Amino acid sequence: MAYLAVAIGGFFGAILRYGVSEWLGTWNGLNIATLFANWSGCLVLGWLNTMSAVALPIHANFRLAIGTGLIGAFTTFSTFTIDAWKLYQNGQVLQSLGYVLLSVIGGLFISYVGYRTAKFQMSWHARRSGGMAR
Amino acid sequence: MNWLLVGIGGIIGALLRFQVTRVVNSRFDVSFPYATLLINVTGSFLLGWFTRDLNAYFPALGSAPMLLLGVGVCGAYTTFSTFSYEAVTLFREGREFTALLYVVASCLFGFAACAVGLYGLPAR
Repeated sequence: MAYLAVAIGGFFGAILRYGVSEWLGTWNGLNIATLFANWSGCLVLGWLNTMSAVALPIHANFRLAIGTGLIGAFTTFSTFTIDAWKLYQNGQVLQSLGYVLLSVIGGLFISYVGYRTAKFQMSWHARRSGGMAR
Repeated sequence: MNWLLVGIGGIIGALLRFQVTRVVNSRFDVSFPYATLLINVTGSFLLGWFTRDLNAYFPALGSAPMLLLGVGVCGAYTTFSTFSYEAVTLFREGREFTALLYVVASCLFGFAACAVGLYGLPAR
């Protein structure tokens, strides 16, 4: 069942990424579609991994379908490296460097934002239910 | 039908990533995300190679092989979200040096592998 969950998630994740790339395309040679997919995926996975570890009562296979399958397939590392090389090849060296830094530093920061959001939600819920018990 | 090719590739890529992660984590008791590093580096090489050569292998099929193997399989096999999450987790655990090493190694090896796929090995 775990494999089926990952497969279903991967199917839709890849199609979603393809849809986003058809929709946004590139902007001055910069692949903003990949940037958008990677950033939004980082936000959701940072949140989901933190929540599902403690507070979110979802089935393990559902977590696999969303986290490993959907978000994992939606975000991509290989297209990111290709994009950067293509920019470099076009002589857009600064854009290439900017794209790499934006992707990596932005991705890490956004992933952390997802983690903090989940932590905040959990402490907020804990405080609220603590108040109701009293 | 393009979306269907991408989706089928996505199934293969996601399952490959899942299986590689499972095998690496069950064989080696490690506290460093080697699995994702291996996946992203090998996937970057594959996409580089496909970008360069896939059309030459299947000239009659148009963009279909790239949609299936490039956008679908390689795109779904490699992952950016897990990479970021693992790096942030290492930072949070106070292992800043390990986190930095992971990020730098992923980029360095990823770009190198992609370049080998795109341009071939550097001439001696």
